[in-house]
Amino acid sequence: MKTNNVTIIDYGVGNLLSVKRGIEYFGAEVVVSSNPDVILSSERVILPGVGAFSNGMKELEKTGLDTVVKKVAEKGIPLLGICLGMQMLFDESEEFGLTNGLGLIEGKIVKIPTTNKDGKLVKIPHIGWNSLDRSESISWEDTILKNNNKGDEMYFVHSFMAIPKNKDNLISFSTYQDIQISSVVQCKNIMGCQFHPEKSGDFGLKVLQRFLDL
Amino acid sequence: MRKIRLIARLDIKGPNLIKGINLEGVRVIGCPHNFAKDYYLQGADELIYMDAVASLYGRNSLGEIVENVTKDVFIPITVGGGIRSIEDVNHILRCGADKVAINTAAISRPELISEVAEKFGSQCMVLSVEAKFKEEGKWEAYVDNGREPTGLDVSEWVKKAVTLGAGEVMLTSIDKEGTKKGFDINLVKVISEVVNVPIIACGGMGKNIHLEDVVKIGGADAVAFASVLHYKKTTFPELREFAKNVNIEVRCNENK
Repeated sequence: MKTNNVTIIDYGVGNLLSVKRGIEYFGAEVVVSSNPDVILSSERVILPGVGAFSNGMKELEKTGLDTVVKKVAEKGIPLLGICLGMQMLFDESEEFGLTNGLGLIEGKIVKIPTTNKDGKLVKIPHIGWNSLDRSESISWEDTILKNNNKGDEMYFVHSFMAIPKNKDNLISFSTYQDIQISSVVQCKNIMGCQFHPEKSGDFGLKVLQRFLDL
Repeated sequence: MRKIRLIARLDIKGPNLIKGINLEGVRVIGCPHNFAKDYYLQGADELIYMDAVASLYGRNSLGEIVENVTKDVFIPITVGGGIRSIEDVNHILRCGADKVAINTAAISRPELISEVAEKFGSQCMVLSVEAKFKEEGKWEAYVDNGREPTGLDVSEWVKKAVTLGAGEVMLTSIDKEGTKKGFDINLVKVISEVVNVPIIACGGMGKNIHLEDVVKIGGADAVAFASVLHYKKTTFPELREFAKNVNIEVRCNENK
């Protein structure tokens, strides 16, 4: 079988076309597929997704793609989760009751607090552009953010957020009404963006471009 | 930190970008693809496509336009007009849209809001509201591009829709739309105070001061522009510059 540069996993939810267009922009070969053989023979894999966590996991499990994604991770294939796709990489989520995730990155998904630390009401979902920030101890050199700079703005749209257990996995965060949102996580070959790189203009395209170099 | 989103709204009839006044008196402006690409390159934060006649014919024909535009445009796209089922939503998302804006179908069957929110997430479900002034502090919701009154009070309807799962509200003032005389500030203010989801103000932009008022007084989270962009009265860099000068926080969109 022919090896594709990138396979976008199709499990029936979300806007897959825009992710595909973002990859095609750099001339890479990309297929959208739910075929385990295609996915596992690919050089890079993207797990997209919008919508509810439980629904996303249900769709993955229904088609056995949850096991396939775990195999992708085990094989060391660069795996990028986007938005819900990133959230599903974690252990569990409290969206609509507790739901198990793929367990590829330690941590959990929680609802964005409806009030911030000053007791001010926070608008949810978090929709819009927000800038990337990082802790002093984190370097982006070997990460998916290598081509980006602190302050680059990305497009976010979500009501839940990731809390990685291991702080080294938190590559970048963004601040929304005083609440710290995990914006990029990475654990070896497994990485995820809470924002939509395919919808974040030039800065977002740089993230996808870097993913193609990994 | 809350950045105000600056959005280009494209009303579409058949293959054409159009613009009306008070949602009527339609004029053809040009090819939507070229305008959309230009707005993306200028630094628009989002695009909204509205099929202007879809709800009359019961179908949305924007799939192809959206599918093509995603080759050149890498910002969020909302599509509205004539979307009435989960299948319609799925189709348009598969064509590259990120969100759907629903008015008529949500009014005739409010459960659709919950169905869309459950399947695709509430962030995908934008409630589109066409509001017409009735009396002080009261507006009535209309459907079919401001043609049909529904008897629903906008404030009550929006509250209900948000409870059902609408993640955003796109508020179009029928009275102000296309007039270039400013947004219906009171409408935006009243609605943004009754719900805790982002409000997109639509209809009436003429001068920069209108943007300032609808954000600072009205409390809009996002502002949509049509005529002023289509007729090149302003550009996104100009709007952005103006916003920064009056201390409205917006995306920088600059390489550092």
